[in-house]
Amino acid sequence: MAAAWTPDQPIVSIRAVHKSFGAIEVLKGVSFDVRKGEVVCIIGPSGSGKSTLLRCINALVPINSGSITVEGQEVHDPALDKLELRKKVGMVFQSYNLFPHKTALENVMMAPIHVLKRPKSEVEALARRLIKKVRLEGKEDAYPGELSGGQQQRVAIARSLAMHPDIMLFDEVTAALDPETVKEVLVTIRELAEEGMTCMLVTHEMGFAREVGDHIYFTDRGVIVEHGPPETFFKQASDPRTRAFLSQIL
Amino acid sequence: MSVPGNNAALKVMTAAPAQGESGFLASTFTPKALGIALGLFASVALAGEAWAQLTTGGERLGILATLWKWTPLILLGPPHEVGGFALNVLVSFLAMAIGTASGLFLGLGQISRIGPVRSVSWAVTQFFRNSPWLVLLFFVMLLTPFQINIAGLSVPLPGWFKATVGLALPVMANVAEIVRGAVNSIPSSQWESAESLAFSRLQTIWRIILPQCVKRMVPPWMNWYAILTMSTPLISIVGVNDAMTLTQDALAAEQRTELLMPMYGMLLLFFFVYCYPIARWTIWLERKYAVRI
Repeated sequence: MAAAWTPDQPIVSIRAVHKSFGAIEVLKGVSFDVRKGEVVCIIGPSGSGKSTLLRCINALVPINSGSITVEGQEVHDPALDKLELRKKVGMVFQSYNLFPHKTALENVMMAPIHVLKRPKSEVEALARRLIKKVRLEGKEDAYPGELSGGQQQRVAIARSLAMHPDIMLFDEVTAALDPETVKEVLVTIRELAEEGMTCMLVTHEMGFAREVGDHIYFTDRGVIVEHGPPETFFKQASDPRTRAFLSQIL
Repeated sequence: MSVPGNNAALKVMTAAPAQGESGFLASTFTPKALGIALGLFASVALAGEAWAQLTTGGERLGILATLWKWTPLILLGPPHEVGGFALNVLVSFLAMAIGTASGLFLGLGQISRIGPVRSVSWAVTQFFRNSPWLVLLFFVMLLTPFQINIAGLSVPLPGWFKATVGLALPVMANVAEIVRGAVNSIPSSQWESAESLAFSRLQTIWRIILPQCVKRMVPPWMNWYAILTMSTPLISIVGVNDAMTLTQDALAAEQRTELLMPMYGMLLLFFFVYCYPIARWTIWLERKYAVRI
């Protein structure tokens, strides 16, 4: 079943996904597709299950029912090699989660060396390129504690990119940042999007979602309330919940 | 035999001449406490001396001269044999090494995802943490044979080695608790980001979680080392030529009651001189890491 996938099919396919934490049902039947090279933005109030949905896609969180496939592979198949899946799906977190005992460069180099078993010299060249790409030249030997939030987040993006993922998941990556540093992170993500990286973003940056998103999904209380391309979504949202949310945010 | 302690201190001094360094050396070797200990010891010795002058004729050696006579034996043991305080230090090193290595695995066993491994590790830890050291020592001495046969080769198990294993058991359990506590103190987001980078659980533990734990573990670990060292005289009970046994031997040879306090006082002083810098060093490291984390 793994061989069946071709790039013209959805790279991520989510079908009727349900997820509960104890008695609380966080996802109540979510379905949508993401195509290769697409940038999908998921917006919605806190607690609507956006971050949980992202964590289900790289199997950090198991689902209760439904199906998620990534490149045609069922993510929640017990026989699936989760590590193989995670090599294809990069993830960036709200709180950066860099490894504090390693320098910026080492953070980027660790996974390719130890997980992909690539030669160190080759990985170092790649890591230096990526650090440059996220505009942190000169910060290679800085420890995370010595970097600003925006800088740490860009190292985290470089760290994910070093695995050559096919899809990048961004979980409210600017939510913990100062307003001044939000922009530098968004610039980096926009460049990725322009290079054709498939991106799924959970975000509160409506302006950014509108600008880079190919498709916007609005979730509330565990369901997708409304979705559409940004031009129509932001101008003519029809559902009252979406309108109420947008009027609060914009 | 306070040499290892001094060596360690000197190593720190040469390895990292940062501003805090002078702080550690100053706090350890501004020897207020050492002075007090020496003063106490001197007054005990002098009181004994005076008592000896009053009660005996002049033909015996004075107290201090007697102590000096026995010092090489009590510090280094009989000639051509590791004994005395040197043996206490050797046993403390070995027991700490065995206890740390096994405690590391026991601590990781407690966070294993395999249920039975977790329960067994927990039970073993609790058992050895809550057992009297002396009883454990007897247990190991009586339980293990005098020699073991490995591939037809019979390897004798000397008493001091069995005693070392006996002391390593409670150290193992306490190190396991240090490891478990330190691992649990690392935020779960570190696990999550390692997982999302496709690190296996084993790689996550060895490469990402444990290295971050080292700083948190060193001060309590050193504390247990000091406790272990102070417990090494327990091995004298099982017939080993450690400093305690040799002190008793010396007292038996001298047959002078006025020597009791000075002799044991000297033994206390050896341990104090060895352990006190470790305690100061621990406090200094604790402070240093508290600021950085």
